[in-house]
Amino acid sequence: MTSLLAQTPIHSWHAAHGGRMVDFAGWSMPVQYASIVAEHNATRAAVGLFDVSHMGRIRITGPESEAFLNRLVTRRVARMKTGQIRYALMTNDEGGILDDVLVYHLHDARGTDYHLLVVNASNRLKIWEWLQAHHEGADVELSDVTLDTAMIAVQGPLALQIVRPLVNLDPATLRYYFGGEATITGAPGLVSRTGYTGEDGCELILPAEAALACWEKLAAAAEPLGGKAAGLGARDTLRLEAAMPLYGHELNEEINPYQAGLAFAVDLENRSFPGRDALVVARDDRSLLRRLGWELAGKRVPREGYAVFAGGRQVGHVTSGTFSPTLGKPIAIGYVEPALAARGGDFFIDIRGSHEPARSVELPFYRRPQEKEHRP
Amino acid sequence: VKPEELLYAKTHEWVHVDRAAGEKIATIGISHFAVEALTDLVYIELPEVGRQIKAGESFGEVESVKAVSDLYSPVSGEIVNINGSLTLQLDQLHDDPYGAGWIVKIKISDESALKSLLDYKAYQKQCAEEGH
Repeated sequence: MTSLLAQTPIHSWHAAHGGRMVDFAGWSMPVQYASIVAEHNATRAAVGLFDVSHMGRIRITGPESEAFLNRLVTRRVARMKTGQIRYALMTNDEGGILDDVLVYHLHDARGTDYHLLVVNASNRLKIWEWLQAHHEGADVELSDVTLDTAMIAVQGPLALQIVRPLVNLDPATLRYYFGGEATITGAPGLVSRTGYTGEDGCELILPAEAALACWEKLAAAAEPLGGKAAGLGARDTLRLEAAMPLYGHELNEEINPYQAGLAFAVDLENRSFPGRDALVVARDDRSLLRRLGWELAGKRVPREGYAVFAGGRQVGHVTSGTFSPTLGKPIAIGYVEPALAARGGDFFIDIRGSHEPARSVELPFYRRPQEKEHRP
Repeated sequence: VKPEELLYAKTHEWVHVDRAAGEKIATIGISHFAVEALTDLVYIELPEVGRQIKAGESFGEVESVKAVSDLYSPVSGEIVNINGSLTLQLDQLHDDPYGAGWIVKIKISDESALKSLLDYKAYQKQCAEEGH
């Protein structure tokens, strides 16, 4: 079975360093090396290295690439600055979320504009087909460059420090959610000030054949600083503390962006995209479940699918839960009836038959200490 | 106790049977392999002393950051003691799984379940096959 799974260009390193490889969206990925908590804490305190090569990367070139994307995503991506990156959603005609994506507006060495779409691994084929189905003769060329490239997330307060010597574009000069083409360990790539951990940091996209050597350099630089390679387990606990939604858990085709607390990622005015008209209605619909987060006082951990109670009846369910290594207590995100989501307060979560008190809290659970940005 | 002298369930619990007192008391814990596989333990739920339990039934659970796992009794009988110190020092499960990390003691009412347990060698073979 294992041989049927796709492998990232860094797979051999994971296997050689104790990575516990699991099937994630058809990829053989490390869920952890030694300890999720140690990898989590290393990322918060120093730096974590994440192989995120499984994420889908679709390059969109041609004179109409901007217009093409602008009529497919929930957020306006026209007239983004060069190097700017925007979080957006793609919705179906009913306003349900097909995927959450990053749209990069870039220009190449010759100064030609193009776009990059980074999508979830689990949705890569679906989004590829969606783009093809909505092509409508646009003057664009689409290419899925996922397998030709690798993607490495370097996250944590020391992330920029270890990336800086390996690239010719100092990531500290990039604003948050900006990026650009760069030479990375001698290979042509892309550096961006992005991530999915709630920490400062950057992500590198580079040719597949250059990825392993780059990873090894990063790992060697991270180790003496207390940094670590980190698996999908720590990626999940980190993103959950930062209350970032995960497709397949908080997001799916039955959930609209307003329910998910992602109104900031939707621009409706003077726009046209699949699901736009449905979202005009959904924006004011007060009958649908809404996303909420809880902290628990005990040690037992709410997991996906557990029922949420208030006033003696079920009012919602959990979509993600973990024991927060940073806060030292169980945390969960889920959906509840809108009136209760607005009210907040005390709930109970049914943890394998026992109703455990859970108090709703403002999200995110964790916000990094606001440091001054390091500028040269 | 030495791991080589213990019996093991396929679900990774170990059993040590003490026959000296006239009664047959099984001490039960989980193997080093199981603890290594779970990692990042945060919580253990222990049963009540006095509870009757059948072989194969869950007597508690151990929770890690990633998942929760049931603990299955390898024998039938009455729970006569629990290691309450684990709730405060869960590290004992990791640091000394065959000693201070014992979980429960059960007065065996029916010895037949012992026959289906694995010896150390057979258990090692199972762990090698499961890898991780």
